[in-house]
Amino acid sequence: MFRVRGHRTAATAAVLTAALMLGACGRTTGQGAAPQASADTSGATVKIGLLNSLSGTMAISEVTVKNALLLAVEEINAAGGVLGKKIEPISEDGASDWPTFAEKSQKLISQDRVAAVFGCWTSASRKAVKPVYEKNKALLFYPVQYEGLEQSPYIYYTGATTNQQIVPALDYLKSKGKTSLYLVGSDYVFPRTANKIIKAYAAANGMKILGEEYAPLGSTEFSTITNKVKASGASAVFNTLNGDSNVAFFKEYKSAGLTAAKMPVLSVSIAEEEVKSIGTQYLEGQLTAWNYYQTTPGKANETFVKAYKAKYGQDKPTSDPMEAAYVSVHLWKAMVEKAGSFDVEKVRAAGAGGGITFDAPEGKVTVDGPTQHVFKTARIGEVGPDGLISEVWNSGEPIKPDPYLKDYDWASGLA
Amino acid sequence: MTLVFSQLFTGISIGAVLLLIALGLSLTFGQMNVINMAHGEFIMAGAYTVYVLQQVISGAGVSLLVALPVAFLVAGAMGVVLERLLIRRLYTRRLDTLLVTWGVSLLLQQLARDVFGAPNVQTQAPELLTGSVKILSTGAGDLVLANSRLFILALALLAVAALTLLLRATPLGRRVRAVVQNRDLAAASGIATGRVDRVTFFIGSGLAGVAGVALTLVGPIGPTMGTNIIIDAFLVVVVGGIGQLKGTVIVAFALGMMQSLVEYSTTISVAKVLVFLAIVAFLQWRPQGLFTLRTRSLA
Repeated sequence: MFRVRGHRTAATAAVLTAALMLGACGRTTGQGAAPQASADTSGATVKIGLLNSLSGTMAISEVTVKNALLLAVEEINAAGGVLGKKIEPISEDGASDWPTFAEKSQKLISQDRVAAVFGCWTSASRKAVKPVYEKNKALLFYPVQYEGLEQSPYIYYTGATTNQQIVPALDYLKSKGKTSLYLVGSDYVFPRTANKIIKAYAAANGMKILGEEYAPLGSTEFSTITNKVKASGASAVFNTLNGDSNVAFFKEYKSAGLTAAKMPVLSVSIAEEEVKSIGTQYLEGQLTAWNYYQTTPGKANETFVKAYKAKYGQDKPTSDPMEAAYVSVHLWKAMVEKAGSFDVEKVRAAGAGGGITFDAPEGKVTVDGPTQHVFKTARIGEVGPDGLISEVWNSGEPIKPDPYLKDYDWASGLA
Repeated sequence: MTLVFSQLFTGISIGAVLLLIALGLSLTFGQMNVINMAHGEFIMAGAYTVYVLQQVISGAGVSLLVALPVAFLVAGAMGVVLERLLIRRLYTRRLDTLLVTWGVSLLLQQLARDVFGAPNVQTQAPELLTGSVKILSTGAGDLVLANSRLFILALALLAVAALTLLLRATPLGRRVRAVVQNRDLAAASGIATGRVDRVTFFIGSGLAGVAGVALTLVGPIGPTMGTNIIIDAFLVVVVGGIGQLKGTVIVAFALGMMQSLVEYSTTISVAKVLVFLAIVAFLQWRPQGLFTLRTRSLA
C-alpha cells in the first residue's frame, strides 16, 4: 500500500517538476522573444496597466491604491483624456506574489502593449519587476515610500525616499530632544535597511540607539520586546513594523503603561487605513512620518478627499500611498503632454527636461529629472482621537529626492 | 531584578494565552483524536463576536462580558455543525479529517473576509483592562502587571477548573472519559457515543470562542488570526500528551516561560527556533508527549 503510494508520489513529483521546468522554459523564451514592445497607441483610446495585489496578504493595502489610480483615470477621462485619447485602464492582480508581479508586467507590456504601468507596493515586488521594465524599455510608476538606494531609468518613484521621510523624522525627534532611540521592526528588507540608515544618522548626530529588535512578519507576541523597550529608558521608539504585528505591539505598549507622552512611538508604516484597524484607543498621540495626510490643508486635497469618498464610501480614509498613486497618473499625463507623444523615450526625455509639476493633494509636486523621484514635503503627524492624523511639523518646502543620500556625509558608507 | 520578575510574569502570561487557545483543542484533538484545522477559525469567530456585539452594546466592559458566553455558544454551535456534517463521517480517517477541516478553515476565512472585510477590525477594550497594576517600585523602575494579561490568566485558570470539574465530577464527564478510553466498550455499555461526541465537540469548540474573546485584548482581529495561532495550540497539545488536560496546562506555561526567558536574552526569532528545537528533542525522547493515558485497550 505504502509502496504503491510512494511510487505514485514520486511520479506526481516528477510530472510536476517537468511541468514546472516547461513552464520556466516557456517563460524565458517568452521574454526573450518579446519584441521591443512599443506601446500601441493607434486606437481611439490609450491603454495603461494597473498592477496591484487584489488577493493575498497585501490586498488590504493595495486595493486602496488601485482605487486611487482609477479615480485619477476617471478624472482625466472626464476632462478629455490625454492627447485627445481616453485612458483605458487594464487591471492585473499581482496576488501578493513577487514572481506573479513580473509575469503580469510582461503580459501588460507585450500583450496589452500599454503605454505605462502603475502599481507595486512591497519592495520585494518592485525588485522583482525592475528587470522586466528595463529589458522591455517600458515605464513603471511606483507609488509607495521605500528604503531608497535604488534608481532605474524606467521607474518613476512617486512615494518618498528615505531623505523625504526617515531622515526628516529623525531631525524632528532630535529637535524635540528625543536623542535615545529604540528600534523595533519587522524582519525583512525595508526595516533592516531603514535601521541601517537610522544608525548611521544617530552616530553622526550624537543620538544613542539603545536597542534594535526584529520580529518575524505576522508575529503577534510583543510582551518581551515591550519589556526590553521599557527597561531601556529610551526617549522614543522608531517603529518599522508592518501588518498585524503593529496591532499586537501597540496593545502591549499601552498595557505596559507606556504612553505617547512618556515614550512616543514614531511609525513609518501606519497610515489612516492602519489606524482604523489597530484602534485609536491604542494609538492616540503617537507619531507618524509621511508626506500626506487626509487632513493636509489645501483646495486640491479637499477635492481629492471628497471625490474619493463619493466614489468609494464616506467611511473610507485617504492615505499617503493612495495619494502618491493618484499623483503618479497625473504626472505621467503631464509628461506625455509635454512630449506630445506616448513614446516611452520621448516621455522620459520630457521628464528629464524638468518642469513637470502637478497641483497634488499634498501640495505642488515636481518631478526630479535625474533621479526620476519626486520633490516631496515631509510631514510628521499625530494620531487624533477621531483616528485621523494631524500634522504637527513639516519640512516647510518640498525636499529634493536623494535616493542614495549623496548629500549626507554620514551616509557615505551605506550605498 | 524588576526585569526578571516582569519577564517571569511575561512567561506566565504567554503561557496563559497558549493555554486558553489550546484548551479547546485538548478536548477535540486530545480527547477525541480529531485533527481540526478549523479550530483557529472558531477562535476567530469568538473575536468577531466581540466586534459584532460592540456594534449593538455600547459599553466596552459589558459587551466583553456578554461576549464570553455568546462566543462560547457561537463557536460551539459551529463546532457541532462541523462535527455533524463532516467529521462524524471521518472518525476512522484521520488524514482525511485534516484535509477536510483545513478546507473548512479556508472557507471560514473567506467568509469572514466577505462579511467583515479583509482589513483587521478594531474593538474597544474596557478602560480597566488597558491599564496595569503596580506591584512594587524600585530604583530600576516599576514592576507593573498588565490588567489584560491578568484577566486572561484568570480566565484560563477558570476555564481549566471548570473543565476539570466537568470531566471529573459529572455524569457527562464520566461518559466522555469512557468514550475516550474505549469507544466500543462504552458503546456496548449503553453510552450513546454519538451524542457524547457532539457534546464534547461543542465544549471544545466553545472554548475556542472564549479564547477568541480574550485575544481581542492583546492581538489583531482579522480573517487570518486563526492560522497565526493554530500551530502553537497544536504544539501545546501534542507535547502535553494526547488525552491529558494536566499535560496541556503544564506545557502551556513551560513553553510560555521558555519563550519569554530565551527571548529576553536573545531575540524573538532565535527564541522561536530554540523553542521548536527543544520541542523536537523532547518528542524524540517522549513521542507520546508528557503524559499518556494508560488503558488496556489494544488500539
